[in-house]
Amino acid sequence: MIRSFKNNIKGILIEGLTLSSALLIIAIVVVMVTVIVIGGKDQISWEFLTSFPEDGMTKGGIFPAIYGTALLVILMSVAAVPFGTITAIYLTEYAKENSVIAKTIRFAVRTLAVIPSIIYGLFGLGFFIKFVGTQMDNTFMGGELKWGQPNILWASLTMALLTLPVVIVSVEEALKTVPNDLRAASLALGATKWQTIWKVVLPGSISGIMTGTILAVSRGAGEVAPILFTGVAYYVATLPASLSDQFMVLGYHIYVMTTQSANVDQTMPIQFGTTLVLLMLTFILNISAIVLRYRIRKKKSN
Amino acid sequence: MTKKTKKGKISTQSESGLIDITRKKFRWSDYLAEKVIKGTAFLSITIIVLIFVFVFRESVPIFSTAKAPAQTEIHSDANQQQETYGEVTDQPAAPEVQETYGEVTDSSEHAETTDESYTVSAGSGHDDNQTALKTLLTKDWVPVSEKPRYGILALLVGTFKITFISILFAAPLAILAALYTASFASRRVKEIIKPTIELLAGFPSVVIGFFALMVLATFLQDVFHYDTRLNSFVGGIAMGIAAIPIIFTITEDALTAVPKSFYEASLALGASKWQTAFFVILPAATPGIFAAVLLGIGRVFGETMIALMATGNAAQMGLNPFESVRTLAATIGAEMAEVVFGDTHYNVLFLIGSLLFIFTFVINAIAEFYVKGKLMKRIQGK
Amino acid sequence: MAIEKIHTENLFLHYSSKMALNNISISIPEKKITAFIGPSGCGKSTFLRSLNRMNDLIDGVKIEGKIFIDHINIYDKNIDVVTLRKKVGMVFQKSNPFAKSIFENVAYGPRINGINDKKHLDEIVETALINAAIWDEVKDRLGDSALALSGGQQQRLCIARTLAVNPEIVLMDEPASALDPLSTSKIEELIVELKEKYTIVIVTHNMQQAARISDLTAFFYLGELIEFDKTKKIFTNPEKKQTEDYITGRFG
Repeated sequence: MIRSFKNNIKGILIEGLTLSSALLIIAIVVVMVTVIVIGGKDQISWEFLTSFPEDGMTKGGIFPAIYGTALLVILMSVAAVPFGTITAIYLTEYAKENSVIAKTIRFAVRTLAVIPSIIYGLFGLGFFIKFVGTQMDNTFMGGELKWGQPNILWASLTMALLTLPVVIVSVEEALKTVPNDLRAASLALGATKWQTIWKVVLPGSISGIMTGTILAVSRGAGEVAPILFTGVAYYVATLPASLSDQFMVLGYHIYVMTTQSANVDQTMPIQFGTTLVLLMLTFILNISAIVLRYRIRKKKSN
Repeated sequence: MTKKTKKGKISTQSESGLIDITRKKFRWSDYLAEKVIKGTAFLSITIIVLIFVFVFRESVPIFSTAKAPAQTEIHSDANQQQETYGEVTDQPAAPEVQETYGEVTDSSEHAETTDESYTVSAGSGHDDNQTALKTLLTKDWVPVSEKPRYGILALLVGTFKITFISILFAAPLAILAALYTASFASRRVKEIIKPTIELLAGFPSVVIGFFALMVLATFLQDVFHYDTRLNSFVGGIAMGIAAIPIIFTITEDALTAVPKSFYEASLALGASKWQTAFFVILPAATPGIFAAVLLGIGRVFGETMIALMATGNAAQMGLNPFESVRTLAATIGAEMAEVVFGDTHYNVLFLIGSLLFIFTFVINAIAEFYVKGKLMKRIQGK
Repeated sequence: MAIEKIHTENLFLHYSSKMALNNISISIPEKKITAFIGPSGCGKSTFLRSLNRMNDLIDGVKIEGKIFIDHINIYDKNIDVVTLRKKVGMVFQKSNPFAKSIFENVAYGPRINGINDKKHLDEIVETALINAAIWDEVKDRLGDSALALSGGQQQRLCIARTLAVNPEIVLMDEPASALDPLSTSKIEELIVELKEKYTIVIVTHNMQQAARISDLTAFFYLGELIEFDKTKKIFTNPEKKQTEDYITGRFG
């Protein structure tokens, strides 16, 4: 009797301990969101979202940063989504599950997912700018400096490498939800492997490809480290018009406003406002990805 | 095995089939699709190799001093050696220390203003490379100075210190929360916890950094009453917040991968829910939890934006958690945009990048191979 | 006996190390219904799937021996497997329509073959649906999703889909096992009608079904072909003791 009572107490304590850990994590999220929402909500206005910074970035809006972020993630998706999807197709449709090649690719994908984002930045600088860019300048521009310096193209490609694993993993998960019965049915009708993939497997995993794209966009919109020295600018007076232009993004804007600004206190509302915009953007993207993925998993379990 | 067929006898009776299957058709679309898909799939491997090659390539010049013209080498040797002796000694002269602190705070907090002083020191070429190599294992990180020194010890200490703090904060929290989710939580509660964690995983690190800089730093200072507002403690907690989703997710996966039979067997033997959770499920999932913590470490170790914003960015060796620190990643992030391409400082930053890369690569490899093998053994008895 | 369509010689099949088919030699006639019966795991489905080389998709399957269709060994090097599967169609145990409209499901095969002319497709789809005895039920809603149909209708749609490719042989892997009695009898009627144009090989668990619809019956046991003869003979006067035991319900 006494022992089981002791046991009960222990059980309650342990369950309580684990529960309070979970609650603490939730509380951290809630506090962060609340603080940023309260701090930034008064700043958000149509004007703030659509106008340029003024007076040495102490006043005005953040339109160039929003525009730059959008352009960055679009260019990034154009590169990352097709390549990620194709890799996922290889892993699920062509490679044998336990072949050395498939295992190596999977290991490479997981490694790409854990490499610190700053390393991608270094790679972008060393490979895209100093290697590819300089070659391009020497070949096409007669040595004039155009591509051998940071710009939105190199930043987007760098970001695409970073988000590649995100796309691959989501698409792979979606491809696996397409029942093998359907592949068999298509093949039994005399379809080739590629016809089966193109007409049956891919249409069945559109939502997965979308999930992957959204998650990649959300990741790309928030990352700063990879673009620190591959294309982002502290301030540019005009919107990027060509692939060789530098650009502003929300995340970097937050960073420079909080750490490099001449008067941090004066620009506090802008900092909170920008952070709120970035947070809302990633929230909306992530929530739609979570909903989509939830639907895919539900479909799979049916 | 092969008998003679009755072909002769029967073919007289039958018209051969309408569809001819004997001609192997060459299908361009299938051929191309397969080649393109296979080729593309190797992209991820190629990228890893390229990252290796290009990040290392940019740090190589530091080691290539020997190739410098003999004259300069002799010349510089004489000069440098004296200096280096002075610096390597265990107790550096007091004025030098002062200088170090002054320089570092300068270069980190007002990166813009250091531009001029920087260009002065740039372009010294091989002399610098040699200094770099010789000062690499000292604790003075003074890349922007008349006599630049590239000691990464303080950066290493700072990085490890902050990693330690953040994992100390994040790992227990995330593991216990995962245990709750996997063993105790009702379905409804799970549907609150898991999406919340997913949302947290989606938080840009610059947002967490902003929160740490603006709110957390002040709050923690009020509670613990220390002097420096931004320090490894604040940075560690902030990075811990960023690491929680990784540790939680992988731990939760490992816990739910424990076969139901383990759970049922334990309950059938009269163990209570918590005993089962603690003495059966948790031990069975240990390798997975170990992997979770490893990957959490990897995440924190290379985190840049939070480090830049919340740690104070002063390269100091001390173990006091309430001192400012400077991490490897933050050093790259803060200084790379300001350096002259190809000079020593640039190469050293790439060398630091190589270290980060190797470290995370190894951590991932351990998590992948060692841990997975063990997990398989425990759960499937293979 | 009628004209021979399928013919195997000393066929052995292994799944990695396990033997699934042991020395099968059989001769299946054209435009008849041939039923494969036997307890589960006896190899009848495996054998069926090797007739259109669907086993190729499974890792670790090794096949020795020969399968002739119209006197051509389909495991020869120069065989075009894709064309083979057009010639030898297959209906699966579980109905597996694509998540497309009824029309698009049936039109899938012809489209694969490069037929894109709307009028031509309409014709093919209508004929296939009529032949599969489902036209009257779906003619007014060809644009609806195939997944909205009942189980029995879905299976007949899958048969129509197979017929639209215009095969010579139709393999059926327990096509009615998941259906209610009414749908089953509809499918059975359909199969009997189909033998006018097609050679049909059907795997079934249901001995009454085999007795009702098939012309010939093969009894498989533990990967071996025990007995193969006219259905009437198998069910009234089997040669082998094992066959008799099975059809009288003493095991299986």
